Amino acid sequence: MAVTIRIPTPLQRVTQGKEVVEGTPGTVINLVNELDKAYPGLAERISENGKIRRFVNIYVNEEDIRFLDAENTGVKDGDEVSIVPAIAGG
Amino acid sequence: MAHVKGLRCRECSRDYPIEPIYVCEFCFGPLEVVYDYESIRGVLTRDEIRSRPQNLWRYRELLPVEGEPVVGKQSGFTPLIKADRLARAIGVDELYIKDDTVTHPTLSFKDRVVSVALSKASEFGFDTVACASTGNLAHAVAAQGAAGGFRRFVFIPATLERSKIVASLAYEPNVMAVEGNYDDVNRLCSEIANKYRWAFVNINIRPYYAEGSKTQGHEICEQLGWKAPDHVVVPCASGSLLTKIWKSFEEMHKLDLIPELRSKVFAAQPTGCSPISVAVKTQSEVIRPVKPDTIARSLAIGNPADGYYASRVVHNTGGWAEDATDQEIVDAMKLLARTEGIFAETAGGVTLACAIKLLQSGKLPREGSTVLCITGNGMKTKEALDGQVDNPHRIKPNLGSFEEVLSRIGDHG
Repeated sequence: MAVTIRIPTPLQRVTQGKEVVEGTPGTVINLVNELDKAYPGLAERISENGKIRRFVNIYVNEEDIRFLDAENTGVKDGDEVSIVPAIAGG
Repeated sequence: MAHVKGLRCRECSRDYPIEPIYVCEFCFGPLEVVYDYESIRGVLTRDEIRSRPQNLWRYRELLPVEGEPVVGKQSGFTPLIKADRLARAIGVDELYIKDDTVTHPTLSFKDRVVSVALSKASEFGFDTVACASTGNLAHAVAAQGAAGGFRRFVFIPATLERSKIVASLAYEPNVMAVEGNYDDVNRLCSEIANKYRWAFVNINIRPYYAEGSKTQGHEICEQLGWKAPDHVVVPCASGSLLTKIWKSFEEMHKLDLIPELRSKVFAAQPTGCSPISVAVKTQSEVIRPVKPDTIARSLAIGNPADGYYASRVVHNTGGWAEDATDQEIVDAMKLLARTEGIFAETAGGVTLACAIKLLQSGKLPREGSTVLCITGNGMKTKEALDGQVDNPHRIKPNLGSFEEVLSRIGDHG
């Protein structure tokens, strides 16, 4: 079992059209940097200097990481991570 | 229409074509419609605007719809009411209410944005429209979607006021009551919008949808006699309305439809959901999301998409922000009803309550003209006043019984 990551449409160009990819446990920011090796360009699009960009929301098991431990939120096997553009709603 | 140039990322300024997209692929910043104001300048004059029917389409060159609108043809152009009785009650010189409680057809400003969004969705060839809503948007999408012949999906928090849910169901769309708050609904809808080719008005159609809000500001300037107000107080959920009202003032100025622009913009939020107000008051660069807990459910967005931009407009114009408790909101709703005969929903109470607090703190000057944006009708959420209004006088059907009560009432009412 691995970590499941849901990829939003604007990022699917770097994931070769994949809506869901898998990653390894650790922290959110490590996960992002790890994914960048398989999908170059992913990390720079959603993060900057080790911080998630302000217009990107990341959820671990449906909880916004800003209510958890932000970039350092832990993810373990079986967790679901969603990357969602912040610009929506209202 | 030749007046729209395309979409542009507000963060990194990359250009994109007019398509149902909403975020920049490179930095995830929001995309915004860009116009060719030089070409509009020669067309959209005061005389031309005055010659057109009194609806929001009289500013059509400033809206991203190319052909004839398919819905919302009678929407917009709500009254701007000079509120002298309320002005005296709260101690301000010149007060106006932009009364969107009577917007056609569903009695909130959301009819403006949905008129534009669904007309654009039709141009893109969508047959299904959808939204993530705190209630008012659901009404507008359900109603105008019906009139436009679309299949409709509206997603709302399951905890919404019962009357708001019923008012959506009346139009027989597919109503999805999501077990969670609005931010949960929004996240879910973003994921659904990824997968289904639907026009989510406030997700993939958001750049076009949001432009509809500008018409409220265009109208305010026209109705004030072609000038912008000195102060405007705007309720904030996502913050989009506030940023678009400011954009509309800038457009009116750019097109020489108003002579000068010195308006200060003030943001109003409920205390139980005040990420924008807190950022302004603490002069923070960061919008910290919250879990909402307020009776103003139409403003209960804890993670506001346009929070950064709204707080920047407030800061750059020399305005300020305030937030109001549930009781202050109810008291203000009643004050507005009692003095001006306007029954606004809780968001209207938020706007007025915050205006009063801003006057008391001196942040909002008592001199000059002030416009309060009242965005939704109180009939939609009568529950908010449960236990907060008087009971009727119960009498027998005879004169004696009536006059016995009358003698106790005195001058009241």
